Amino acid sequence: MSALAGLVRKEVYHVLRDRRTLVVLVLLPAIQVVLFGYAIRTDVDRVRLAIVDPAPDAATTALRDRIAGSGTFHIVRVLPRADMLEPLFQRGDAQAALVFEPRLAAQMGRGLPARLLVVADATEPNTGSILQAYLVAAIQNAERDLSVPAAKRVLPQVRMAFNPTRESAHLFVPGLMAFVLTIISALMTAISLAREKETGTMEALLVSPLRPWQIVVGKVAPYLAIGFASALSILLEARLVFDVPLRGSLLLLVGEGLLFILVSLALGILISARTASQRVAMMGTLVGTMLPTMLLSGFIFPIESMPPLLQALSYVVPARYFVLVARGIMLKGIGLTYLWRETLVLSLMAVALLALSAHSLHERLE
Amino acid sequence: MRRILFLARAEVLHVVRDKATLAQVLVLPVLQLLVLSNAATFAIRNTPMYVVDFDHSQASRDLVRRFSASGHFRIIGETASPAAADEALLSGDATMVLTVPAEFEQRLARPGVAPVQLAVNAEKGSAAGIVQSYASSIVSAYERDLNDAAASRGAPRPGAARLEIPVRNWYNADLNYRDYMVPGILVALVTMIGTLLTAQNIAREKELGTLEQLNVTPITRAQFITAKLLPFWALAMIDLAIGLAVARFAFDVPMRGSLLLLFGAAAVYLVAALGIGLWISTLVETQQQAMFVTFFILNVYLLMSGLFTPIDSMAPWVEAVSQLNPVRHFVTISRAILIKGAGAPEIARPFAILTVYAAAMLAIAIRQHQKRTA
Repeated sequence: MSALAGLVRKEVYHVLRDRRTLVVLVLLPAIQVVLFGYAIRTDVDRVRLAIVDPAPDAATTALRDRIAGSGTFHIVRVLPRADMLEPLFQRGDAQAALVFEPRLAAQMGRGLPARLLVVADATEPNTGSILQAYLVAAIQNAERDLSVPAAKRVLPQVRMAFNPTRESAHLFVPGLMAFVLTIISALMTAISLAREKETGTMEALLVSPLRPWQIVVGKVAPYLAIGFASALSILLEARLVFDVPLRGSLLLLVGEGLLFILVSLALGILISARTASQRVAMMGTLVGTMLPTMLLSGFIFPIESMPPLLQALSYVVPARYFVLVARGIMLKGIGLTYLWRETLVLSLMAVALLALSAHSLHERLE
Repeated sequence: MRRILFLARAEVLHVVRDKATLAQVLVLPVLQLLVLSNAATFAIRNTPMYVVDFDHSQASRDLVRRFSASGHFRIIGETASPAAADEALLSGDATMVLTVPAEFEQRLARPGVAPVQLAVNAEKGSAAGIVQSYASSIVSAYERDLNDAAASRGAPRPGAARLEIPVRNWYNADLNYRDYMVPGILVALVTMIGTLLTAQNIAREKELGTLEQLNVTPITRAQFITAKLLPFWALAMIDLAIGLAVARFAFDVPMRGSLLLLFGAAAVYLVAALGIGLWISTLVETQQQAMFVTFFILNVYLLMSGLFTPIDSMAPWVEAVSQLNPVRHFVTISRAILIKGAGAPEIARPFAILTVYAAAMLAIAIRQHQKRTA
């Protein structure tokens, strides 16, 4: 046992000695949470609206005032001609435009339909759709207030379940935990084992009285601790800065977190067992674990929108299950009754990967 | 000048000789474009929805039919029990639940308000907002049609005129997410190649000790930096060309503006990007650290560039900080040129900022680079 303690101590020294990597490891979770909380948002507000009003009259000014007063829009420019819009859109100075036809008041006064063109910058399709919907809704509200006295209304009452304010931090925190845990558990383990191989000290470890499992435990223990600490610090930061809820059981979340760390560690060991140099191990982990965790876990991009091939691929990404589980526990407050499937998959992955990685270590012994 | 060329030639030979680097330079862009443009999408289609209909009327069925006919929604179940719908929301099977209360049709028979409830699973983040806006559009179109039908039965009343509101989606009429992402991904691509190669390359010279050998040669600091940057600058430009070709021929991404203008902006931008790589290389000692630190720093740059999520949605202070981010300006330029067909006057502002940034980066890099080892 003291041999194992010695190995653990050596690993801790390795980690502490490489200051730059350590700084990144400590800063990474903190900066990521801030970035995702404040920068990665998709809400649309304070829309820069341009107005084309060739012949201002009572009706157009009234509509303009209504729309400006709604708070969502902020009128950047009133133009006399529609062909002046394009440069404004190209520079990004306007995101949406409202084009009035001349003699709007006269048309409306006679009870004739009047046209009002809505233009949205749909470069980003979702923002485009939202802009358009906002603007049409604002016009309809204004129209209702201004002219039609008695009409039928179908009023959608919207409830945003599980995250009423759609605070993006609430959604990203579970995914971030998966991401950081992957970086630390898989990447750092893979590199540290590959380094022993590269420098030839792996041989020394293998001929030592340490048993293979002890080597593995000794190598991964410090990273396990760092990973765990980062995950907790993310949770804490998320709670203090963004007030992210934890509706379910903390114990279950910690348990699932451990399970996920186990899977990532096993992946890291497996990758390092199959590669010869640190650089290849690093590339392998980047491509094999980090990118899939970023892209295919549903953490940032909805999986349902991906092409079938990528959707199928996402089923073998452990983070996909962990993100579902962590979101379920934190935002929905659900327990194993709902999450047993994901937990089962993660457990099976852990068992299979650990067996595989133990096997590849054994192979090296013979 | 000859010295610069010699050193630059050495760099080119290094890159061409090292198969791993060459693969990184040539294969990575294509791979990245293929995967990212398909995976990095916030497009929302076929949202699974659940219907709770308490009214069972012609009107409620009409409304539900509009949802399924819109193409945005897929009805996965209809029930009269709200508990079952909540269950579907909890288990994640449904993203939205539409509840039509009893007496919906009766309320609609006369002027006044008839509510319907929409519960959106906001766990899905950005998707929730867009799902809501699709749903609201469907409901309001339904409302308009009801009123039109009512109006057409009676004579037009003065003052009760209605507005026709045709809608245009400029620049991306079919709301294709890939057309939006590809110009941004191209930026990410040249940035990654540029910074990573530069940082790694100098870190390797440090590791091997050949940086010291270069330091004792008569080469000046400016010559050294220029010779180091030139090959990677050229490589990144080639990558941009490869990426554009893939985008054009494999993805059929429309390119409205002048490619010449885009390459001109890229030429300036890359100086700034490579400058970031140089800066990283002064922070690290080994190639492994170079990769790790580059990855970390690029991550921050890319996330704050508006590549994945709109700049306009960022918190105001983040938006202010992102003005300092060269990636942001080139993403803006790339999208403005390729998607919107902007010309030189429209991109003048971000281009000017990039030029200042590039000049400053270069000056700092030359000053910072000490001809000695620490």
